[in-house]
Amino acid sequence: MTDMSTAGARIAGLLHERHDEIVRQWADAVTYAAKGRLTVAEVQSQVSEMYGALAKLVDSGSRDLQVPEAAELRAVLAELSRSRARRGFSPSETSIAVLALKDAVQSQVDTSDAGLLASFLWFSRLVDEFALFTFETYSRAREELIVEQGEQMMELSTPVIKLWDGVVGVPLVGTLDSARAQVVMEKLLQTLVDTGSAYAIIDITGVPAVDTQVAQHVLKTVMAARLMGAECVISGIRPQIAQTVVSLGIEFGDIVTKASLADALVHTLRRSGIELVRRAQRGEA
Amino acid sequence: MDRVPVLKIGDILLVSIQVDMDDNTALALQDTLTERIVETSAHGVIIDITALDIVDSFIGRMLSTIASVSRVLDAETVVVGMRPAVAITLVELGLSLTGVRTALNVERAMELLELSRPARASSLSVVGDGLDVFDDDSPVA
Repeated sequence: MTDMSTAGARIAGLLHERHDEIVRQWADAVTYAAKGRLTVAEVQSQVSEMYGALAKLVDSGSRDLQVPEAAELRAVLAELSRSRARRGFSPSETSIAVLALKDAVQSQVDTSDAGLLASFLWFSRLVDEFALFTFETYSRAREELIVEQGEQMMELSTPVIKLWDGVVGVPLVGTLDSARAQVVMEKLLQTLVDTGSAYAIIDITGVPAVDTQVAQHVLKTVMAARLMGAECVISGIRPQIAQTVVSLGIEFGDIVTKASLADALVHTLRRSGIELVRRAQRGEA
Repeated sequence: MDRVPVLKIGDILLVSIQVDMDDNTALALQDTLTERIVETSAHGVIIDITALDIVDSFIGRMLSTIASVSRVLDAETVVVGMRPAVAITLVELGLSLTGVRTALNVERAMELLELSRPARASSLSVVGDGLDVFDDDSPVA
């Protein structure tokens, strides 16, 4: 470890000595890579913050990102990659922000000095590690974003609407996987309790394909609603879906199915004792 | 041991389960309820499980048994107030409470029982008030 510490010492000296030049070059490279999406001032403050934290780590002679001395640098790098992930920067644009430091330092290294060159190689490996760390944080932030959006989509896509006094409707839109089916089921059952509705219409017009899994989810929802004392009608079965359902051998049993939401509504109204009549027009029989 | 009270409203028996059900409580309830059905010749039993957070296979079977026993005595059983979480659990467990009718609340259960009111010896006395079992076109009236 001793040679590593001395190797670190040489480059640490250079980092302090040429602070201004390196930061300027680094900031220029980052600004260029950002293609105008970041202001010069923004980049400069980011870069000098990173540089300060980095110089402290190099001073300590450590090359491990897990040591306590690296905590500040880790936080700075994580913040950078997270904010870039959220602002839609590409992965390479993000890691360039760190890797550009190598070029900036290299331009300050006297290539005839073998000791300094070795020291630079040591430093270069360190920067690679930072870049890896940045990339990891970046992808983690992206994944968080995806999960977040998935949740929002789930919230948006499952409204339970009141169609009539005592009749609620659930228009299902999009693919129904287990997670969404669960959300739909819970929301529907809760609405039944809250509104005291005895009828629910599950409309599957917006479901692109019905396979055994989707059917299973819908059937479970209907069974659960029945246990609570509400009756479910399934509507919006397109011709193609009807054929698929039959060829898959899915049995809806005694569950009422209707082709359109309108039919289902009329059915539930009739069941709850409401008869719809068209007022006779003058001149009609 | 906790006891579950059985209330009589007209010819309907109302059971509201407010305590945690264990084996003994459940068996005692079955006994009491069967006796009361015979005693009052009730035509309907409403079991309110709004307060139950957990319905396991044991309680599920108890509800089914009560329903079967009541049916033998010509009384309809309606389970009311099942919570969404409970319903989901039962479906996931594959328990469908066969033979048990369900309603959202006690009010609806009473409407349901009203529709399926059977002919009863105890209600024959009201014939002539034009109220009950026999319609106008019935030969007895």
